Amino acid sequence: METPIEVSGLVKTFGRTRALDGLDLTVRTGEVHGFLGPNGSGKSTTIRVLLGLLRADAGAVRLLGGDPWRDAVALHRRLAYVPGDVTLWPNLSGGEVIDLLGRMRGGLDPKRRAELLDSFELDPRKKGRAYSKGNRQKVGLVAALASDVELLILDEPTSGLDPLMEEVFQHWVRRAKQDGRTVLLSSHILAEVEALCDRVTIIRNGRAVESGTLGDLRHLHRTSIDAELAGPLDGLAELPGVHDLRTDGNRVRFDVDTPALDAALRRLTELGVRSLVSTPPTLEELFLRHYEAAPEELTR
Amino acid sequence: MSTLTGTRHLVRLILRRDRFLLPLWVLVLAVLPMSYAASFFELFPTAAERAAYTAGTARNPSIIALLGPVYGDSVGALTAQRSGFLLVIVGLASLLTVIRHTRTEEEAGRRELLGATVLGRYAGLTAALLVTYAADLLLGLLTAAGLAATGLPAAGSYGFGLAAALTGIVFATVGGLAAQLTETAGGARGIGIAVLGAAFALRLVGDTAGNDWPSWLSPLGWAARVRPFEGERWWVLALPLMASALLAAVAYPLSVRRDVGAGMLPPRLGPATAGPSLAGPFGLAWRLHRGQLLWWSVGFALLGLILGGAAEAAGRSVAGNRQLEEIMSRLGGASGLADAYLGATLSLAGLAAAGYGVQAALRMRTEETAGRAEPLLATGTRRSAWLLSHVVFALLGPVVVLAVTGLAIGLTYSISVHDAGQLGRMTAAGLAQAPAAWVLAGLAVLLFGLAPRLAPAAWALLAVCVLLGQLGAVLQLDQWLLDLSPFTHTPQVLRTAWSATPLWLLTALALALTAAGLTTLHRRDIPAT
Repeated sequence: METPIEVSGLVKTFGRTRALDGLDLTVRTGEVHGFLGPNGSGKSTTIRVLLGLLRADAGAVRLLGGDPWRDAVALHRRLAYVPGDVTLWPNLSGGEVIDLLGRMRGGLDPKRRAELLDSFELDPRKKGRAYSKGNRQKVGLVAALASDVELLILDEPTSGLDPLMEEVFQHWVRRAKQDGRTVLLSSHILAEVEALCDRVTIIRNGRAVESGTLGDLRHLHRTSIDAELAGPLDGLAELPGVHDLRTDGNRVRFDVDTPALDAALRRLTELGVRSLVSTPPTLEELFLRHYEAAPEELTR
Repeated sequence: MSTLTGTRHLVRLILRRDRFLLPLWVLVLAVLPMSYAASFFELFPTAAERAAYTAGTARNPSIIALLGPVYGDSVGALTAQRSGFLLVIVGLASLLTVIRHTRTEEEAGRRELLGATVLGRYAGLTAALLVTYAADLLLGLLTAAGLAATGLPAAGSYGFGLAAALTGIVFATVGGLAAQLTETAGGARGIGIAVLGAAFALRLVGDTAGNDWPSWLSPLGWAARVRPFEGERWWVLALPLMASALLAAVAYPLSVRRDVGAGMLPPRLGPATAGPSLAGPFGLAWRLHRGQLLWWSVGFALLGLILGGAAEAAGRSVAGNRQLEEIMSRLGGASGLADAYLGATLSLAGLAAAGYGVQAALRMRTEETAGRAEPLLATGTRRSAWLLSHVVFALLGPVVVLAVTGLAIGLTYSISVHDAGQLGRMTAAGLAQAPAAWVLAGLAVLLFGLAPRLAPAAWALLAVCVLLGQLGAVLQLDQWLLDLSPFTHTPQVLRTAWSATPLWLLTALALALTAAGLTTLHRRDIPAT
């Protein structure tokens, strides 16, 4: 079976700005893939290239086994897309937009449409101009989730949704996965990604800086250790892979790279351990580590 | 905190945002009466010629219906009447400006952003009204100064200028009230334009019927009743002042009784599911364009009926005035002055139809920048299908508008000359304007495909064509310059002999431009930034 999304060395420039700078991204069949990055890192640009709306300047892009630019129309029948900011036609009702987009994709499941409207608590009779930001987003989500497609491309789809609706959204993404659909979920809501995604790609400055399962990513990063020892500490600071060591009498706190964890713990047990708390890195820490390393992005 | 706190800042914001638009309409509308006066001085230098024109044309019921009554045969009186339709445009510009800076802002959510700062409750409405009132007064003063500069009496000039300014002020306040009633700027504009239409209808009925009391009820009837240049009745100016005060007295309390973003009239609900016709790009385009097309057709049908009815008398009235006869025959065909008049009218309709085509084509750019094109093009819709769904309206819309105009003119004209054959002749003459309009629409499509950010320049190209067509003969420009405008090549169908070749060439050019637009759209990024 073909890989739904396969991108390597993708480059896209807008004038002098290099929006994508050799991006790699692989999404496997049936997985929910988190696409994480700060504002302006190139997530939406990547998605627009995948949709054949923007033309790649360099690199290889395969979508559902085809070329997204050349085979756009045939490929689009097999996917559904929700933009991060759904804008509606002011004089069309939400229900009309859902049906229109569904029909243009090749039909939607009326039973699922009704279920979705019900669980998202969306009134389909309101005109486009009368919806709030969150409700416009729901119109886009209902239209996409009610379609019978293999691939869902969601670009920050929950912006403007309240926590209750966020729950509903997660339920439907899980259901899509159970039905065997593949999901590319671009987001900067880490809790959402942690709750839903099998694998994650982190993008910064138009380049993928991390990619793998959450477990893989954690493995690459540091664990925080907070321990109380039987006696005074020595010889830990020399160990490779130990960072930010702070001691306070017999209490010791430090971060350790995953490969050095074994050696560090052995050293601690040699000294005698009274209590020990070990905290694996959260996605948030992974995320922040990458972003803090790029102060130029903040000044942009 | 006072209810007006922050008004000063909002006024500056409005002036900053409208720094091109506002001076433009003020200047254009102020210059036109002056140019009318100048041309009356030139065309009818003697009292006898003016009397003949007044009796034959200015007192013709169709002319009175369109422009308003005439109270004498001085150049001033004729100029005041000729400027009658400008009052409608002044009213329209004023009410749209106020809505643009009140309800449009609120609908877009920008009002909320400002409302959270130190801003009095009345500041928004007050700032929009103040700027528009000031623009209207400036317009009135410029108009008056311009008229006086042509040699017309100062009292009448200022009487007319003030009357025009106060007409604008009444409709600005109507806009301020309409903006409180609906949630959407579109709805508010609809109410404002409906009021303007009702005022026009009242004035039309009052001026053409034996008894003119309906005109006294219409804000569009007051300016004429000031009787500028024919024994000014200054007290009539109190009517628009009182009407504005009354409207403002209703609008202000409403503006604070409702929530920010909400209107007084509840929004209507739509259907929960889409009808069978809303299934693809063409179904969607029909929904997006049909309202516009309907209103253009209705407007042009009404204008056509009035102008067609006036043609016969217009042809008769210039008979005897050598200079005017010559000009009219230069403008249109030589086979008859009525034909010349109708030919000139239809070429104006051709320019307007091109305006329809350009706006329909540029709709695609609006869809693109608003982010509504993207989700559609991410479905199984081809770019070409999406483009063609709008191009259909950009090309067929002008045909509909022109056919309706020609038919309407033909209807009243054939009745007034008792010749049923004029119906088909006028419709054909209307349709002959379409190919030139298509070229402009095609240019807009090409710009959209090739250089989307420059797409609005299609309006500038249309403006150039208007200027070449209207001023070319006056300024005695070189023929090659005039030939740049496709409208120069539209044959005078009302003449006895004309060739269809230019029409085929224009059509081929328009199709080539559209095809080029399609090709370039296929190659470019969407959205183009």
